[in-house]
Amino acid sequence: MISLSILNSTLAITAAVTGIGLVALAMWIAKLISPRSFNVQKGEPYECGIPTRGESMSQFHVGYYLFAILFLMFDVECVFLFPWGVNARKLADTMGMQSLLCVAIFFCILVLGLVYAWRKGALEWK
Amino acid sequence: MVLAKIFDFAVLTEWIDSTLSSFMPSWLTVLTECVLIGFALLLTYSVLALFYIYFERKVCAAFQCRLGPNRVGPWGLLQSVADMFKILIKELISLKYTDKFLFALAPYLVILASMLSFAVLPWGKGLQVINFNIGIFFLIAVSSIGVLGILLAGWSSNNKFTLIGALRSGAQMVSYELSIGLSVLTMVVFCGNLNIVDIVEGQVGLWNIFSAHIPALIAFVIYLIAGTAETNRGPFDLPEAESELTAGYHTEYSGIHFGFFYLAEYLNLFVVSGVATLLFFGGWMPLHFPGCDGFNAIMDYIPSVLWFIGKAIVISFIIIWFKWTFPRLRIDQMLALEWKYLLPINLVNLVLMALIVANEWHF
Repeated sequence: MISLSILNSTLAITAAVTGIGLVALAMWIAKLISPRSFNVQKGEPYECGIPTRGESMSQFHVGYYLFAILFLMFDVECVFLFPWGVNARKLADTMGMQSLLCVAIFFCILVLGLVYAWRKGALEWK
Repeated sequence: MVLAKIFDFAVLTEWIDSTLSSFMPSWLTVLTECVLIGFALLLTYSVLALFYIYFERKVCAAFQCRLGPNRVGPWGLLQSVADMFKILIKELISLKYTDKFLFALAPYLVILASMLSFAVLPWGKGLQVINFNIGIFFLIAVSSIGVLGILLAGWSSNNKFTLIGALRSGAQMVSYELSIGLSVLTMVVFCGNLNIVDIVEGQVGLWNIFSAHIPALIAFVIYLIAGTAETNRGPFDLPEAESELTAGYHTEYSGIHFGFFYLAEYLNLFVVSGVATLLFFGGWMPLHFPGCDGFNAIMDYIPSVLWFIGKAIVISFIIIWFKWTFPRLRIDQMLALEWKYLLPINLVNLVLMALIVANEWHF
């Protein structure tokens, strides 16, 4: 921490404002000094020089959606593991192997989820 | 002991704080310090990004037996500064069918994510901006804002290339975030702490990669692979595969708008290697071995900032090396690598680490 008198949340906001400020400042300078010219063809979407065919927002592969759902499931479970992770050493000291057994049950459910998704073929890219 | 005092930046920052507060009301002190911190962040951020662009170009050149940039300034050192000015005076093309608001918002999100995660990294003792007690968790959380920016950029451009690039990038970053989270969790189990400063100071005797031996090594390798994927680099650059998608999600961006994505990509490379340094290689801690007092004393003379940047650059070099060693993956291979190999290995590794911690089988 840079100084004891500033709260961490203030510093986080400072960093965020700096990031936004960097983009805003550079955009402002670029708008001031960059050239402008108008051409109808310039506004077209880039498709290797030929006119666009069909809808640009076309349908996309459902696999992306499937992996997003899988990610959601595992990420939430990973977040639940963090509080245990911080205390793992202390728990092992006080409770011994029993602490590992307790988390193993949760862990097995997580692994079962992965095994289920794997067996169902959700991890195959078709 | 004297050296520890010299390299402790908290002395400097406390001196600034006390000097400012001696003649200012407290709210003004906080404001002034925030402005100073903002400028320091801006300066290090841009200088580091410019250096990294130069560094990568030189390394790539060396791998291809070229010279790389060597005309602007000594050894081409000013090449990336010249590029920055060039990119500033390029025209910002306004497109017809884009979603104007989201199109403009995307670079803000990308830069915001990299700036926030950059601010968490400690460069030396007392030399860091944000020191949350959940530091490493905060870092994982904010760095995942970046994927939102990339998805928005690709979607709002109204272009087939950018849409495919953004979706690939979304699937990739989201998948590999899991591996990053789990390998970080493995090290958190070992350290028993989420605070980055405490994690680093726990490595004063021996770095984590030595003291936690096998599981730390596995976690490091997984982290390195996932970090490469997270920055859309090397063999995982299929979101911006130039031979099939032109430039991927930032095809439609021009001038400085494109520059932001470029900047954030290189800063993310630094953040990824910086986090690897903090978790596995002792952050700003010098290389120490128990028992070798003379060696340890010599290592203490190297300033902490140099240790941190040196280690980060070495890890970045390895990540750049990947790019010139492995061919680009297909999307099914990329997803299979994460979900069928890295994730199960990571889970087993986590169990191994828990067992080692419970039985004290580490140094």
